[in-house]
Amino acid sequence: MDIRPILFTLRKHKLTCCLLVLQIAFTCAIVCNTIFLIGQRLDRIHIPSGIAERELVYVELSNIGGRTDGMARAAQDMAALRQIPGVTVVTLPNEMPFDNGSNNMDVRTDPNQRVATLDATQYFGENLVKTFGVQLVEGRDLLPEEYVDLTDVFTMLANKQYDKLPHSTLITRDMAERLWPGQDPLGKQFYVGPGMPFTVVGVMANLIRPGRDRMSNGAGYSSVWPVRLTLEQGDGYILRCAPEDRDRVLKAALEKLRANDPNRIVTAKGTMEEHRHEFFQNDRAMAGILVGVCIALLVVTALGIVGLASFWVAQRNRSIGVRRALGATRGNILRYFQTENFLLTSMGIGLGMVLAYGINLFLIVHYELPRMPALYFPVGALILWTIGQVAVLGPALRAAAVPPVVATRSV
Amino acid sequence: MFAYYLDLALRSLKRNKVLTALMVLALALGIGASMTTLTLLRLLSGNPLPEKSSQLFYVQLDPYPKDHPFSRSDKLPWLLTYVDAMNLLHAHRAPRQAAVAMSRMKLTPTTTQKRPFFSDGVMTTADFFGMFEAPFQYGGGWSAADDETRAKVVVIAEALNNRLFGGANSVGRMLRINDQDFRIIGVLRHWSPQPHFYSLYLGGRNYGDGDAVFVPLTSARAAALDPINEFSYGDGNREVLETAPVIWLGFWAQLPDKSAASAYASFLTAYAQQQVELGRFQRPRSSLSTLMHWLDSQHVVPDNVRMQTGLAFSFLLICIVNTVGLLLAKCLRRSKEIGVRRALGASRPAIFAQFMVEAGLIGIAGGAFGLLFAEFGLWCIRRQPAEYASLAHLNLSMFACTFAVALIASLIAGILPAWRACVITPAPQLKSA
Repeated sequence: MDIRPILFTLRKHKLTCCLLVLQIAFTCAIVCNTIFLIGQRLDRIHIPSGIAERELVYVELSNIGGRTDGMARAAQDMAALRQIPGVTVVTLPNEMPFDNGSNNMDVRTDPNQRVATLDATQYFGENLVKTFGVQLVEGRDLLPEEYVDLTDVFTMLANKQYDKLPHSTLITRDMAERLWPGQDPLGKQFYVGPGMPFTVVGVMANLIRPGRDRMSNGAGYSSVWPVRLTLEQGDGYILRCAPEDRDRVLKAALEKLRANDPNRIVTAKGTMEEHRHEFFQNDRAMAGILVGVCIALLVVTALGIVGLASFWVAQRNRSIGVRRALGATRGNILRYFQTENFLLTSMGIGLGMVLAYGINLFLIVHYELPRMPALYFPVGALILWTIGQVAVLGPALRAAAVPPVVATRSV
Repeated sequence: MFAYYLDLALRSLKRNKVLTALMVLALALGIGASMTTLTLLRLLSGNPLPEKSSQLFYVQLDPYPKDHPFSRSDKLPWLLTYVDAMNLLHAHRAPRQAAVAMSRMKLTPTTTQKRPFFSDGVMTTADFFGMFEAPFQYGGGWSAADDETRAKVVVIAEALNNRLFGGANSVGRMLRINDQDFRIIGVLRHWSPQPHFYSLYLGGRNYGDGDAVFVPLTSARAAALDPINEFSYGDGNREVLETAPVIWLGFWAQLPDKSAASAYASFLTAYAQQQVELGRFQRPRSSLSTLMHWLDSQHVVPDNVRMQTGLAFSFLLICIVNTVGLLLAKCLRRSKEIGVRRALGASRPAIFAQFMVEAGLIGIAGGAFGLLFAEFGLWCIRRQPAEYASLAHLNLSMFACTFAVALIASLIAGILPAWRACVITPAPQLKSA
């Protein structure tokens, strides 16, 4: 179709056209960025954790009043919990995936390195790998004889007896790849704190780290250490069982723990799935708001296009009649308005892309967001082209329905 | 004249009902979204103590080693060590000072057979209540002497008093905290400044309900209460928080005027310098910021909320552009009518005024509907899982603000079409008719 007559007509409505193009450009820019933000949230919500989420339940307890037999009491609790039918393994970790707080360390590959290579989380707790269901891809799990009590670790640190500390640790593949790219991490050493060396004895496929603010540093930078905890030092008991047994196991666990010591308070309990759901609640709400704004924006822009197109059709009623009288088909008229809209939308999209890039730069500076992948630009363009064509269809059909006889009427 | 324009505008709007509805709806959506987010933003970035905030100062020092990763950020540590907090407190260089930490406290009701429960507690020093103007319903706070003697006393909030004692005067009654008995010496009236400025970085909430229990810092530590947040920066024994290389206390000073503030600031500088000489600090850095400056610099307002506000205002901008386009199209269609009015003697300003009145009318209608949308938006926010959710209500000033924003937005949208209308030359318009 020849677009020259369309351009010629548009030139007569410069101001209105500019406004429409501007509106489409703003909409395009904001929709691109909003979709990008929604994508970011969804990525975060669906992040893989590397643990058997559907098979875990947890009970967090508080047990106050400095008792000295913490280790024995924790062992007694865990023995009781293991006896619950359906429970395969139990752990008492210092932190859980999808907690907000976290325990972290700076890791160096050379003791004299000034800036640490990365920071990673430290998971402690007996049977942690088995309970979480973390997959070991290389090496071995931590051995029972390697475990020491956290209280003893504190004493060793305070007395600077670094050689007495346990030396084995497990790290994730992500962390290994960052520390020693392309090399076999097994048997390699890394350094923590005042140059204390630790040896990697096993590599885990993936294990997510807790702490919302830490996730951006590398969500998979986690390590597991052979350290035993008391209930006061730990986060709570985690039990692994079949997914269908979770409710029953949780109830039984609460009873057992209450029977062991009725003076404790259960501060939190539930399944790991619920814990994950809660952790991402804010992201989900924000994604919802963003989707809402996106839709509202597109609706407003579509309504604007409908309004303007209707006006143009009404204004050009007579010339449409003339064209029809001179032999233009209904299809010709319909396509005329559709092409006109396509041209305007394309101009808007062109300008919108530049704006979208600008907004993205602004967000990078002020909200520490990553750069928007190029994929989002064509997505935004496609959405606006579609919206434009859908919005103009009604007025264009009305234009096509103008009978040729209009040309002969005086206004 | 105004009445006549109003009449003309109403007629014009009625002539094209669908278009008018479109314009009003688009504007209302934009206004609704912006007012919802603006209300939230204002609420969250509000002044927790409007009368006193200029007199309240937050103190920061730098005990961190030079090569600590945090030090590379060039920021000052957020909290103080116990040693520094106590040194400042005992120097008595400000009329009122307080060290604050938050703790999760296990409370056991002594009156009833209820099970123990956890509550947010504040560990602080004697001046806290006077400095932050916490109002007392019964009794009062404790004295500096109580701090020194580790007196087992406690101040509780109204909500907790209602829960445990049915709202009666409970001064003199006992409360078990972490299995130790504390004597209640005061009951606060409802008090929850927003944002919760004093619990920043201490592990408490930034917004929402007030805290339930206030215990002297030294007595709380004697009862083995631990702070929620502690940041350690060096090696050494971390078991005893009082001497450990750990920061865990917020520190506030009330300084009545500028000269007092600058005197305190130079005292801090001298203190930091002295600590460097003693070998405790490596860098003589210190900072004294007013309450509002402290809140601003720490970005208390969640990023999400600021982003939503930006988004809502871009949305309003698009709605305005949309209205300009539609008004313009409409006014160009009325060229003939304008030509006739001009030929009959209407001046350009008169035509301009007529179209601005029309735009203003759309703005007022948009504002009214926008208010409905804003109420709906705030209702949605109240259902969100955020700690500030329950605060989201429209107040009177925001109510008026909604109409002002709507009117201004519509008038801005009206300028271009009105100007186009008034520069139309009457002769050609009349000829073709």
